[in-house]
Amino acid sequence: MITVESVSKNFNGKPAVDNISFQADDKEILVLLGTSGCGKTTTLKMINRLIDADSGDILIDGKNIRDQKIEELRTGIGFVMQHSGLFPHYTIKQNIAVVPELLKWNKKKTESRTEELLHKLHLSEDVLSRFPSELSGGQQQRVGIARALIANSPILLMDEPFGALDNITKADIHSEFKSLEELKNKTIILVTHDVQEAFELGHRICLMDKGKIIQTGTPKEMLYHPENDFVEDFFAENRLLLGYKVATLKDINDFNSENLFDEFNFTENTSVWNALQKLSSDHKNTAHYENLIRAFNDYRKLQIV
Amino acid sequence: MTRQSLWQFIVEQQEKLLTQVVQHLGLTFLSLFLAIIVGVPLGILIARKRKLSSSVLGVAGILQTIPSIALLGFMIPAFGIGAAPAIVALLIYALLPIIRNTYTGITEVNSTVIESAKAMGMNKSQLLFKVELPLAMPVIIAGIRTAAVINVGVATLASFVAAGGLGEFIFGGISLNNTNMILAGAIPAALLAVVLDQSIAVLQKSGYKLLQKLKYIVPAILLILGIAYVLTSASGNKIKAGFTPEFMGRQDGDLGLRSVYGLNVNPKVVNDAVMYKAAYEGELDLISGYSTDGRIKAFDLYVLNDDKKIFPPYFAAPIIKTKTLEKFPELEETLNVLAGKFNDSIMTDLNYKSDYLHQTPEKIAKDFLMKNNLYKNPRNGNSGTIKIGSKIFGEQYILTEMYKMLIEGNTNYKVETKTGLGGTKICFDALMNDAIDFYPEYTGTGLLVLLKPSQETIKTVSQNAGKTYNYVNSEFKKQYGIQWLKPLGFNNSYALMMRKKQAKELSIKSISDLKSYLDTN
Repeated sequence: MITVESVSKNFNGKPAVDNISFQADDKEILVLLGTSGCGKTTTLKMINRLIDADSGDILIDGKNIRDQKIEELRTGIGFVMQHSGLFPHYTIKQNIAVVPELLKWNKKKTESRTEELLHKLHLSEDVLSRFPSELSGGQQQRVGIARALIANSPILLMDEPFGALDNITKADIHSEFKSLEELKNKTIILVTHDVQEAFELGHRICLMDKGKIIQTGTPKEMLYHPENDFVEDFFAENRLLLGYKVATLKDINDFNSENLFDEFNFTENTSVWNALQKLSSDHKNTAHYENLIRAFNDYRKLQIV
Repeated sequence: MTRQSLWQFIVEQQEKLLTQVVQHLGLTFLSLFLAIIVGVPLGILIARKRKLSSSVLGVAGILQTIPSIALLGFMIPAFGIGAAPAIVALLIYALLPIIRNTYTGITEVNSTVIESAKAMGMNKSQLLFKVELPLAMPVIIAGIRTAAVINVGVATLASFVAAGGLGEFIFGGISLNNTNMILAGAIPAALLAVVLDQSIAVLQKSGYKLLQKLKYIVPAILLILGIAYVLTSASGNKIKAGFTPEFMGRQDGDLGLRSVYGLNVNPKVVNDAVMYKAAYEGELDLISGYSTDGRIKAFDLYVLNDDKKIFPPYFAAPIIKTKTLEKFPELEETLNVLAGKFNDSIMTDLNYKSDYLHQTPEKIAKDFLMKNNLYKNPRNGNSGTIKIGSKIFGEQYILTEMYKMLIEGNTNYKVETKTGLGGTKICFDALMNDAIDFYPEYTGTGLLVLLKPSQETIKTVSQNAGKTYNYVNSEFKKQYGIQWLKPLGFNNSYALMMRKKQAKELSIKSISDLKSYLDTN
């Protein structure tokens, strides 16, 4: 659990983060969302003290981060950055093993853990001997994630982790990311400016602007119960798409007489968007498709009221 | 004397050449090694504390601009002569590129990489050694490469302070008008620079991994070469002798001392500019010098009597092409005004004023001419320009000024001076190529360095001053179309000298006394 209490940070007298407080619960993915310059990255970097807060406290599991040795704090927190931040002079194998080396793991343990992660992140073993520059952007990002995960730290901070990827690669990694067992019991804080990414990955979203938190809530809350005009306007452009994405088959079950779960391999948690995508790929399913749209519309009407 | 080919010279002198190459490499590597030890940490420091960077780089930059020979001069009071001042001077020259490239290399490491290293929990030293230095390494090595090439070049000057190296051949060759000797020094020096540059380039390309493997081997090589250097230049003599490169290679110099007196003092090669001071300070006991040098008076030195007459007469006279005299008809008469106006003690005194009292050559020249009622105000005439050359020591500067004043006062010619032209060879070539019109030369130098007749001729003509003068004058006219005007009257011959006090203690008065002193102990 990460608790941020009245934290502020000024750069050259200008407030970058202005007295914010929030909490990320265990096993939760909390997304810090906002346009560039809103203070979201600064907030993230204050958690592992890449930037030191001017005032306020940050606690991890109740322990103030200032009371620990900075190196120990950091080895205990996984960090993924936008441009993978891999060491260009290290092979992939060495890159993944940086933290284990700092923690003085024995070689066997590092190797077996590396192998395990490669498998989970769909990387082949022959990347190990290569250098970062020889990998594609998507592969680099996976290596970056492997590096952050290797030490099994309970906390993961991600700074625009998929920001440099093209949309197709991004979509692939998103779906892998969600299904990754490794991440299920971590506390994750993810920074992004991408509204769709925030909705797709976040359990809760913290919308920030000009160094302040405007609203914190689940994607559904953000979409259907904006606290003010800023929040409403922020999602206005993607409103319809986000609506399809936040609604799950479970949500609209009451409005839909059909049971599609077995036939199409859907689960309760499949989003309406994904279900529609699947159905739209074949003409035979047009009837199912239209039923689903109808059900969604009924559901939506109820949310907006 | 038959002309020797470069190859013959190299074969003949291979032992000396090898020693010089080893010394040269030793000096270069030892100073480079020290410069890395000093420069890389300094570069890291200023990369950490950026505020310091401009002042540190500024100071290193200023040090870089000090002329190398001047820098060597500064080193002598602090480090004496020999390897120490040479290595320190070389170290100073190597510093700037190493500090600057270390600084640039580290500050230009991608900030994302640094941030990710920090985020993974590296402490400052891990960050430095695992990330910053390896990534900056190609740039740092490029700096070391620059420094190495600079050092190979500057190390030729090490021979000025008796530190050996290929400069011994190069500057000896220039002084002795011996092209083979110059090339035997210059070609290996150039090759060393190229080879060193290319081998470091290989290191630079192969990157950090290879360097990791070599990290014990490279310092070992550097140290071995350093030790080799120390061994080749160590000498266990009770009299420390230092001779100029010119003196080393001449019959009326070290060669004559060996063959006529049987005196082998294992001399170090040292530059004339630092030699007297080194003798005064006890760094050297026996030096070669010139009999009219003002520093004999200034530093209380004693000139040993040349009892077997190996130093031929060195009477000074202007030398000039006959066709120049025809072009400037008033010139000969004007130049001859100074003929016979000097003797050894007058010249020593003038030199003393220059070398020790630090009066300017202009003032000394004017005072002398005034005293002798020869000074006339310049006419500022405009009928042609005469270019006067001079070698690079005080006496020649003074004579040049006197000639300048005389010409400007007595004729309508304009004067241009080209002073400080290295050695005999440079002056003489300048005269032959009409870069200068005349310069004061010495009969002995004309005989032994420029004409180089057979041993027998030398023996016969160097018996007295008149014979030498007549011989060089007629030979120069025949061979080069150059005349020797009337001698000025002083004899600036080679001489061996010691500190007066030491000579007295050991009761050494002549070169033979020195020989028997060395033999008995």
